Amino acid sequence: MLKDKRFLLVFGIIIWVLLYASLIPLSEKIMSLLPFDSTSHLGEALAFFLYDAPKVLLLLTGVVFAMGIINTWFTPERTRSLLAGRSLGLANILAASLGVVTPFCSCSAVPLFIGFVQAGIPLGVTFSFLIAAPMVNEIALTLLFGLFGWRVALLYLGLGLSVAVMGGLVLGRLGVERYLEPWVQNISKKDIAYESELNTFQQRINAGALAVKEVVGKVWPFILMGIGVGAFIHGYVPENFMASFMGKDAWWSVPLAVLIGIPMYSSAAGIIPVVQALLAKGAALGTALAFMMSVVALSLPEMIILRKVLTIRLIGLFVSIVALGILMVGFVFNLVL
Amino acid sequence: MLDVKVLGGGCNNCKMTIKLVEAVALEKGVEIGLEKVEDIQEIMAYDVMSTPGVVINGIVVHRGSVPSRDKVEGWFSLE
Repeated sequence: MLKDKRFLLVFGIIIWVLLYASLIPLSEKIMSLLPFDSTSHLGEALAFFLYDAPKVLLLLTGVVFAMGIINTWFTPERTRSLLAGRSLGLANILAASLGVVTPFCSCSAVPLFIGFVQAGIPLGVTFSFLIAAPMVNEIALTLLFGLFGWRVALLYLGLGLSVAVMGGLVLGRLGVERYLEPWVQNISKKDIAYESELNTFQQRINAGALAVKEVVGKVWPFILMGIGVGAFIHGYVPENFMASFMGKDAWWSVPLAVLIGIPMYSSAAGIIPVVQALLAKGAALGTALAFMMSVVALSLPEMIILRKVLTIRLIGLFVSIVALGILMVGFVFNLVL
Repeated sequence: MLDVKVLGGGCNNCKMTIKLVEAVALEKGVEIGLEKVEDIQEIMAYDVMSTPGVVINGIVVHRGSVPSRDKVEGWFSLE
């Protein structure tokens, strides 16, 4: 049985590589069979879609599978025990990085938050985790890599982590403990015991497969929709259309993009293809990435969930500081690139 | 009778977990007392940081995801 599964795994990887290698010839082949002129608006949009949609889905499947396996080493309970008792600064960096690899769903934000508080982890460190977890994740990084290349993906990783670390440090310095809901302030600290759940090779592979089923199974319509919108903009919106109001010279576009992005809620999967299309039409990279970070990191539904443990005042502080961090990232990007 | 608690604030995965537990128990003919725990302070009493969590006779047997059918069957075939 185990042997069968291993065989299946190797077989799957080979198929994946073959598929990935044949993306360009395949999409060109399909385009040539369709009765559209590839220089027409519709043709351009179609060509964009036919190449990007399968590429992004394929990349995503591979990465989500790998992450599903990596996630089995980083349960929230283990992350908590890794963070407990570390010095500030270092703990913030660790928290932000663990935010990337620990499975996190905003519906679990409250128990996670309380669990950290119980273990005596400083609030600023907890915030570093909470900022990084939704913003810097494998889906965002894969899409950025697939659509813009590894430089942009790495920059996003670095800057996203910086926002999380700095945001957490600032919030920690402000001594925001007093703005927690009273019942959270009264939670007694306790020693935490961490027992690792036994994970066999088999269980880890299964976890990877399950992640693909759950994540890719859920986000693929959004990705196709996003790439569809992207393809439309690609084919029909004139070149440099975005330059005047999302270009580098329009400094006010960065704060505006961040503000618009705050209440919006979309997973990285839905928003990145749109960002790509904006970029193709002359939007500045910093502005577009700031928009994306703000959409992904700050959202109304998550704030409503966190309201159970944070007072309005602290939520306001949290949003302002993260927004400020994203704003700086946007400006720095536009300045440097 | 097994005392089963599903911990979680009413998210979609929690509902799926409840359905699965109910279905498997019925299939196996195991009598269970199923309780949905949504109160966050009660959830934290079990030290579960990622929902949904499943507690059987006071012991946390699962946390963080919808359990696989195999796993749920395992809980109910020990009886």
